[in-house]
Amino acid sequence: MNEFKAKFTQDFIEDGRWHFITDGLINTIIITILALLMGVIIGVIVSIIRCAHDQKDEKVRNIPLSIANAICKIYIAIIRGTPALVQLLIMYFIVMISAKSKLLVAVLTFGINSGAYVAELFRGGIMSVDSGQLEAGRSLGMSYVLTMRKVVLPQAFKASLPALINEFIALLKETSICGYIGLNELTRGGDIIRGTTYDALLPLLTVALIYFILVMIISYLASLVERRLRRSDKR
Amino acid sequence: MINVKGLYKSFGDTKVLNGIDYHIEQGEKIAIIGPSGSGKSTFLRCLNLLETPTKGQIFIDDEEITDPNVNIDKVREKIGMVFQHFNLFNNLTIMDNITLAPIQLKKMTKEEAEEKAIELLKRVNLEDKVDSYPSELSGGQKQRIAIVRSLAMNPEVMLFDEPTSALDPEMVGEVLEVMKELADDGMTMVVVTHEMGFAREVASKVVFIDEGIIKEESEPKAFFDSPKNPRLQEFLSKVL
Repeated sequence: MNEFKAKFTQDFIEDGRWHFITDGLINTIIITILALLMGVIIGVIVSIIRCAHDQKDEKVRNIPLSIANAICKIYIAIIRGTPALVQLLIMYFIVMISAKSKLLVAVLTFGINSGAYVAELFRGGIMSVDSGQLEAGRSLGMSYVLTMRKVVLPQAFKASLPALINEFIALLKETSICGYIGLNELTRGGDIIRGTTYDALLPLLTVALIYFILVMIISYLASLVERRLRRSDKR
Repeated sequence: MINVKGLYKSFGDTKVLNGIDYHIEQGEKIAIIGPSGSGKSTFLRCLNLLETPTKGQIFIDDEEITDPNVNIDKVREKIGMVFQHFNLFNNLTIMDNITLAPIQLKKMTKEEAEEKAIELLKRVNLEDKVDSYPSELSGGQKQRIAIVRSLAMNPEVMLFDEPTSALDPEMVGEVLEVMKELADDGMTMVVVTHEMGFAREVASKVVFIDEGIIKEESEPKAFFDSPKNPRLQEFLSKVL
């Protein structure tokens, strides 16, 4: 017990080493949330472009849309076809070589990365909405955009919610690769302590526990949201 | 009021409509019958351009709606449509289902639209369902709501695409009842249906579509009692 106490003191109390954990945690949360927001915005736009194109709506489909659709497809192919770590390194060492903030590099990388996955899961959500919903809206005289916004997308969002939560959780954990560009996020915080005190057990288990608790919190919040959205589908 | 000239529609290599000419006057109730795959639903869906015709023209109130420069959303505001599978908006309450389009398209204020919705719901005896969601209703109730949703836009004509085909037999009556009332009120109606009783009783004209063309068209009595087209005779002998 005394030994544990000594290790604990050495790992977290001495020289205020707990700061590595808390500062890292804050960075992890900032990167995850901003990247998720960015990913959702990119994802909604990309998925709507892809669906509008595929639904062959004669009034919407035209040359600019076809070009936009092609760009979206290339974007998704590149992002899904390469590891996030490689994307992060390319962003840091090539694309944003003059960027001063590592945090900015991380947010942009993960935002762009997440956008591709969110786009595909939203597209799945939109396609899961019965085409009769769009037809009914159009037959009443509502435009494609208006019907999408008021009828199709709310249903698509609800259908994609479990997958979106999955993406949120995966993103949170994936930010742990930011250590590769020397950004002090949660995992690297724990690893710095390990490197200083030569004790691996406590810092790494602490880091793991914090990730676990964060994921539990996300899951719990998601279940609350899902319960609220459930009213309209007693099927 | 509706004038169709030389209407053709193909899906890829499949020819569905092979030259339909037809004229519908204000206040007429047209029942369209025919075997499945004959093109009757496609014909109906062309009338509000849910399907884009491959060739031909459609005029509504002397406006050519097949002209690419026409604002089809404006045209659709005066053409109500009721679907086989109801297609109520699953994410909205009954009230919002009915008032969404009139409010969003600035046809009415929120208060006017809600007042109108209640009035229409009373007509179909569903005023207690305003706050329900579509998933909480039976098929017959959903279809009555779907009719109300279309009526809330004050359409000049109503299209029905097999409105009772997806219903349990005991619910068919309540929907047909609403449609009959609508017919009595003088609404112009085009109904694709398998309900021969309804066609005989309510329609002013019955149209038989087969292989993408109109093979016979006449008043209900002549249509059912002395059909001339051999294909129609065969069809009627099977369904009556």
